[in-house]
Amino acid sequence: MTATAAPPTGRAASTPSVIRRRQLREQAIEIGITTVALTGIAAVVLIFVFVGREALPLFTSPEIAKETDLGRMFLAQVWREGRPASYVWQPVSGVPKYSMIPLFVGTLKVTLVAMAVAVPLGIAAAVFTSEFAPRRLKEVVKPVIELLAGIPSVVLGFFALMVLATWLQTAFGFTSRLNAVTAGLALALTIIPVIFTVSEDALTAVPRSYREASLALGATRWETAFRVVLPAAAPGVLAAVVLGFGRAIGETMIVLMASGNAAQTTWSFGDSIRTLPATIAAEMGEVVFGGAHYTVLFFIGIELFLFTFILNSMASVIVARLVRRMSGSAG
Amino acid sequence: MMKRIALALAAAVILAPALAQAAVTVKGSDTMVILSQRWAENYMKKNPGQKIQVTGGGSGTGIAALVNGTTDLANSSRKIKDDEKAKVRDRFNVLPAETAVAKDGVALYVNEANGVSQLTIAQLRDIFMGDVTNWKQVGGADAPIVIYSRENSSGTYVFFKEEVLKGGDFAASAQTLPGTAAVVNAASKEKNAIGYGGAAYAKGVKELKVVGADGQGWLPTAENVKSGKYPLSRPLFVYSRGAVAGDAKAFLDYCLSAEGQAVVTEVGYFPIK
Repeated sequence: MTATAAPPTGRAASTPSVIRRRQLREQAIEIGITTVALTGIAAVVLIFVFVGREALPLFTSPEIAKETDLGRMFLAQVWREGRPASYVWQPVSGVPKYSMIPLFVGTLKVTLVAMAVAVPLGIAAAVFTSEFAPRRLKEVVKPVIELLAGIPSVVLGFFALMVLATWLQTAFGFTSRLNAVTAGLALALTIIPVIFTVSEDALTAVPRSYREASLALGATRWETAFRVVLPAAAPGVLAAVVLGFGRAIGETMIVLMASGNAAQTTWSFGDSIRTLPATIAAEMGEVVFGGAHYTVLFFIGIELFLFTFILNSMASVIVARLVRRMSGSAG
Repeated sequence: MMKRIALALAAAVILAPALAQAAVTVKGSDTMVILSQRWAENYMKKNPGQKIQVTGGGSGTGIAALVNGTTDLANSSRKIKDDEKAKVRDRFNVLPAETAVAKDGVALYVNEANGVSQLTIAQLRDIFMGDVTNWKQVGGADAPIVIYSRENSSGTYVFFKEEVLKGGDFAASAQTLPGTAAVVNAASKEKNAIGYGGAAYAKGVKELKVVGADGQGWLPTAENVKSGKYPLSRPLFVYSRGAVAGDAKAFLDYCLSAEGQAVVTEVGYFPIK
């Protein structure tokens, strides 16, 4: 009814009531989107609060303090008469022992192996598909690598346990079949697609003009790819590496199956290891609800949470710095 | 027409929980899963209409489920602890009832290529606590000993820790695997391995003789376990909340019958009767 009264130039419905209606609608949409975004944050906060609440008795309950405390969890203890102090994870025992150090060392070792394999492979594959591969090949390589992300980790773990472990033992002569290298390699298979996909997107997003300028200045395709495009995509590539690291540190099933789960503090990569997430998965089933062991397992959850949080914050600082430096030199 | 559909729906709603309740649930010891499943299969074949659901997870998991009321029967390869008994009493006002249904020898597995064929309990203790680390020290070849153990939710783990380690801790280098089958598989593939688990699983590995109280080595065979000459044997239990009754009792009676005990031998354990 107002539309008929509108002047011919106001075709785009600019009468006050229509504008108000549109504003209202947009406000509603805005509120909706904000709520959705906040729900995500709320979920993270609530999970953190819940896990923290279950871990809290570690610091407040005198009963649990008799069994363990921070000092005993992080410092070497003398457990057997006449033996040097050591880090021992033996939660089911006459005297339960909850040292975190063997679990830290194990997690670190397997993550290092996985990253050492997956980062160069993932980034190199991304550079190849975005810079060198002919389009036909690219259309095959990309989905196939991404398919790797779709393999359930339990299947990869089983493969590592039955096949990979035997190969590696015959090839390198490891004392134990299941060790940091076996689990790390299987783990690398799950994080290669993460690193590949994200860095490939970052590389593709580098403006064409960069490449054209570089080639016009007489640089070869290799020089263009590695000296111009890759540095320009560095923030995205770094984000990919951090995502992969987060995935590696939290991955449970593969390490549970292929690492041997021996909680020992050694630096040899051929030794069996026990990681933080695998410990939670293996032991949560039978712990006494609310007991020291239960609390310590939740504390491990908090530690994992903190690790990824610190890592992500560090990465975002570095990314911000990289972006600033690059836009600075460009301007 | 609509009325009939509504009636059918109402009937389904009322009957569904009743039907679901008709299944007797059995949960617990991984060592007993094969045995329990075989019993359940045979029993259900003999008594159509009866339903027995068997799941594993470990003795502790089974007893925890008994305490929480999520299973009717709990399989356990260790005796129920006093605090677990108290929990059942607190929640359900009855004490858990214990039925020994079979006997199991905890066997020691080594690779078939291993030259060692007999060990004493003291030697086993030294090996599993990490004091002896080379097969040479117990009469074998010069090679490192690779130890396989079980997750600490396993009844076999607790039994071995009490009977062999006398409460001591496993060596840090002991790898923990999620089931007896995994230990057997590892020992069959790893030439320097030693592991432990139920005797029923020993396929493709060598079982060690264990020196008993009489100073002689014994294999975990039926006679040796029954006669008590093999030192590492244990009863396998089924626990229920209070005296077993109804369908669960019928099933347990079957397990203890001559036919049920024949299944025990078939699966590789030792009859209790």
